[in-house]
Amino acid sequence: MNLDNISRRRLLQGTAVLGLGTALPLNRALAKDTTIGFIYVGSRDDYGYNQAHAAGAAALKKMPGIKVVEEEKVPETDAVEKTMESMISLDGATLLFPTSFGYYNPHMLKMAAKYPKLRFEHCGGLWSEKDPKNAGSYFGYIDESQHVAGIVAGYMSKSGKLGFVAAKPIPQVLRNINAWTLGAKLANPKITTQVIFTGDWSMPVKEAEATNSLIDQGVDVVTCHVDGPKTVVENAARRGAMVTGYHVNQSVLAPQAYLTGAEWNWEVLYPRFAKMFVAGETIPNFYRGGLKEEIVKVSPYGSMVSAEAKTKADEVKAGLTAGTYVIFKGPIADNKGKTVIAAGVSQGQTDPELEKMGYLVDGVIGATS
Amino acid sequence: MKADVGAPLGAPFAKSGVGTLLRLPSFGQKFGGVAEYIVIPALALLASLVLFGIFVALFGKNPLDLYFYMYQGAFGTWFSWQNTLTRAAPLILTALCTALPAQLGMVIIGGEGALLIGALAATSAALALQAAPPLVVDVAMACAGMIGGGLWIMLAGALRQYRGVNETISSLLLVYIALAILNFLVEGPMRDPSSLNKPSTPEIGAVNMIGNIPGMDVHWGFVLGIIAALLSYILIYHTVFGFAARVAGGNIRAAKVVGLSVGKLILIICFLAGAAAGLAGMMEVAAVQGRTNANLAAGYGFAGILVAFLARQNPLAIIPVAILLGGIGASGGLLQRRLGLPDASVLVLQGMIFVMVLASDTLYGRFGIFRKAS
Repeated sequence: MNLDNISRRRLLQGTAVLGLGTALPLNRALAKDTTIGFIYVGSRDDYGYNQAHAAGAAALKKMPGIKVVEEEKVPETDAVEKTMESMISLDGATLLFPTSFGYYNPHMLKMAAKYPKLRFEHCGGLWSEKDPKNAGSYFGYIDESQHVAGIVAGYMSKSGKLGFVAAKPIPQVLRNINAWTLGAKLANPKITTQVIFTGDWSMPVKEAEATNSLIDQGVDVVTCHVDGPKTVVENAARRGAMVTGYHVNQSVLAPQAYLTGAEWNWEVLYPRFAKMFVAGETIPNFYRGGLKEEIVKVSPYGSMVSAEAKTKADEVKAGLTAGTYVIFKGPIADNKGKTVIAAGVSQGQTDPELEKMGYLVDGVIGATS
Repeated sequence: MKADVGAPLGAPFAKSGVGTLLRLPSFGQKFGGVAEYIVIPALALLASLVLFGIFVALFGKNPLDLYFYMYQGAFGTWFSWQNTLTRAAPLILTALCTALPAQLGMVIIGGEGALLIGALAATSAALALQAAPPLVVDVAMACAGMIGGGLWIMLAGALRQYRGVNETISSLLLVYIALAILNFLVEGPMRDPSSLNKPSTPEIGAVNMIGNIPGMDVHWGFVLGIIAALLSYILIYHTVFGFAARVAGGNIRAAKVVGLSVGKLILIICFLAGAAAGLAGMMEVAAVQGRTNANLAAGYGFAGILVAFLARQNPLAIIPVAILLGGIGASGGLLQRRLGLPDASVLVLQGMIFVMVLASDTLYGRFGIFRKAS
């Protein structure tokens, strides 16, 4: 129990003035520390999206003068607005991280407009000039890590068949599938990736069915892009297939099957933001980066990964970290034979065309609609 | 004509005949029936809170802190009250979706589907009427939402009446069909092309958004919910139609023998039930989200079932029960933050309340204090 900020008696005394507007200066005056609020859409031990953010929050807890308050399983409705306001008015939070994509519009934008003196940071990269200046959005180019993991998957696959369990055919997901497959094709140009879309971010039953179905078809390396990869990783390992992970390091779930994985590195980014905030500097409204900026990382290779795979993966990782290597470099055809990136065209990390990705590259078996 | 025989809240007053007026009525005579319906659920609630306190104590947390934070998070400050009422707003309407058919003895648990279809219909109406003045758009949205949701639950009623399909199963399965329709339309024909990573319909426009109740940060859905609950109460307990519905709910054969058109009753009641949930969906679009996307499937329809059962299917009792569950939801966040309890702990409490209230059914009629002196 934490009564650092607000003692029980104070709270009761302050009840009358704890109305929305007046609450801010009061709580701020009481607060010795900077209070930072984290809101997760799922449970924070999901071995996935939410756990990655919680790891970032845990890194903040170690910093002196910072207090972290957290709430999990908050739906993308007005409930999240109330959670933000509750953190503001009852906990005195001045910097908020509503981490789910669907929290942004209209919920976080509404709160940012209502509390112009507080800072709101959203994961997803949605901020544009018309949005409030005290709101920000950050995201990582995790397709870089996926590309490196794809190389390892390509070298380690014996059947030449890879599998990808994905939530929805939206640009972010398609970009991961394509980057992973393009990586695998560096190892084996004839390799295929069978993709199965489950239709939503957290569908454990469908994810398990999809994983089994992929393995039944001869797939021997599986990865995924869903909120909690635990189901896919554990099922694949049980069936004797190999996996590359996503969001966080899942090697503890399947040490014998976990080759490597694409991970977020929020435990580096969040302390960076917190330091800026405490020092009174402005956090950039639009903040993005990849391996070079340490916003994403690659899991350590499993012991079964061959030296050949490690060498090639490390080489590409070094190129991406140095900013010299481009994943989406023409000519690239989609899986219907149409050229999507012409020869001689390089779409680098920040190319806006990649944000609208609506295709699956040659070698992927599946359809976007 | 007034026909309030057997109404749980009105009954004791209606039944006090001329004979009792001549004597001074005892406590039990005067308020017994009503008090019983208030005291027993309150005891059940108290028992579940005590059990929950023990549960939390097993995890090394102080139960007194628990109760304090629950009170503080739900009702302790003006902000907490608004938080609670905001969460209660959709629950009143979705609870009616279960409580109204319950008068006919039907168990409808598909309010979530009616909510989603209502939201889709309302969004379609708003997008079709972009040039119209906001008031017209909002009224059209409400009508479309209620008709969409109403037809959806009426489908479950018709399947029961004409095909003998169990309405509980069909209404539940219709939820998944509604969700699939929503996802299909939102990711396909109705998708706003600029909604890249969060497939959504276009926005209904800021001018068409319904604001908050003046002076509060609670949207108008709460007021609509209370009005709908009051109208439902009047309909069920103070009209011929409601009387007929309760007769059919009590004994369907007897109702047929006396010439009641049971099929018509089922269809109309199911329509009204679905309309309530559809209105909840419309308000989620018009007052909260501003568009339709997968965020709407937030489980309000399912939470409404719990509210309806805890309220013993009484439309008036739905209002305080919805506020209570809204309060539990609102305080859940504070329990997570201050006590470090996982989100699931709130579900444990909800489950305990549910079991306790159902178990408390056996206590009715066992306390002499509530009974009339014969």
